[in-house]
Amino acid sequence: MTDSNWPLYEVFVRSRNGLSHKHVGSLHAADDEMALEAARDLYTRRSEGVSLWVVPSAAITASQSADRDPFFEPAQDKIYRHPTFYELPDEVKHM
Amino acid sequence: MTEPSDIQQLEARFESRIDADDRIEPQDWMPEAYRKTMIRQIAQHAHSEIIGMQPEGNWITRAPTLERKAVLMAKVQDEAGHGLYLYSAAETLGISREELLDGLHSGRMKYSSIFNYPTLSWADMGAIGWLVDGAAIMNQVPLCRTSYGPYARAMVRVCKEESFHQRQGYSIMLALARGSAAQREMAQDALDRWWWPSLMMFGPADADSPHTAQSMHWKIKRHSNDELRQKFVDATVPQAELLGLRVPDPELRWNEERGHYDFGEIDWDEFWRVVKGDGPCNRQRLANRVRAHEQGEWVREAAAAYAEKQRQRQQKPRDAA
Repeated sequence: MTDSNWPLYEVFVRSRNGLSHKHVGSLHAADDEMALEAARDLYTRRSEGVSLWVVPSAAITASQSADRDPFFEPAQDKIYRHPTFYELPDEVKHM
Repeated sequence: MTEPSDIQQLEARFESRIDADDRIEPQDWMPEAYRKTMIRQIAQHAHSEIIGMQPEGNWITRAPTLERKAVLMAKVQDEAGHGLYLYSAAETLGISREELLDGLHSGRMKYSSIFNYPTLSWADMGAIGWLVDGAAIMNQVPLCRTSYGPYARAMVRVCKEESFHQRQGYSIMLALARGSAAQREMAQDALDRWWWPSLMMFGPADADSPHTAQSMHWKIKRHSNDELRQKFVDATVPQAELLGLRVPDPELRWNEERGHYDFGEIDWDEFWRVVKGDGPCNRQRLANRVRAHEQGEWVREAAAAYAEKQRQRQQKPRDAA
């Protein structure tokens, strides 16, 4: 069976200029060019985008699930990074 | 590797996330039963979209106008797209595309029974869009909030596209209902044949639905089969009246007290017969699907060979340098 040999691609669409590309889903294709054309047919049938990225899923390095890995923990006890941490006198109206 | 106490902890965390309406994502730990249920449901849904192309594909070459033909082709193409979104969502649970297709082709996995009924006239294109897609929307809108992230996201896309399907179906019914006596008869005949199978799309009655309780607990399903079926009847009967067509149920009447329509009992023998493979078109639908897959084998092989050749060509100059 050849299907399993077709790599998986992740598809990202820029819906209009000025916005960043957003992940919309994935698809299988034999090569990059086919992935791009299939992404157009599959994810932009109603003019949902002005630009497309297709990325082989295997090329993505992902963090582990938060269930298993304290990867994001260093950020959790640093509440002083948020503006709400600081109390201002009422006289200071906007800052 | 994983201690039983760890499993208990993971289960507790999973349950608390479900309770908090958090979404479960592919890499997260999930109970095996949740994973299995999710694969079964998403795969069945994907297979339904793919098999669902056949009854309508049957009428593309015989659409009455060029416009209707273009619309029908767009709709059938959407169904293919929905199947692909859903296969991708299922694959995030660790099952391959190949296993999914094999499950369909071998009959091990199911698809919606509605597609095992034949499309005998052009009016069936109207009835399918109006009733079958209408029932599908009732089922699918709550799934946009289902607890598994990739499934919910796929359903958001599907639902956006599905409302065009229902409207185009109703527009076909409207044209026929406002047409000649023969056309009205055609529309009525389609409603007669599709009404009950459409009600069956919501699945067995709650009392006979083995998966409902667990699926609702896990927030995979948000409403029971009977709740959604009632909602569909309530929404659809006035639309039939507007068409001037008669819903083929002598027991159908408005119940002032309940604020809902009462309706007759589904023929559950027929329901189970079609589910178990003995509907009017089960064998034909599956045989068509398997044949299409087998006849497409050379295309897949050619594409893979071409991709390999391109890859080698790109590599050569670099190796030489």
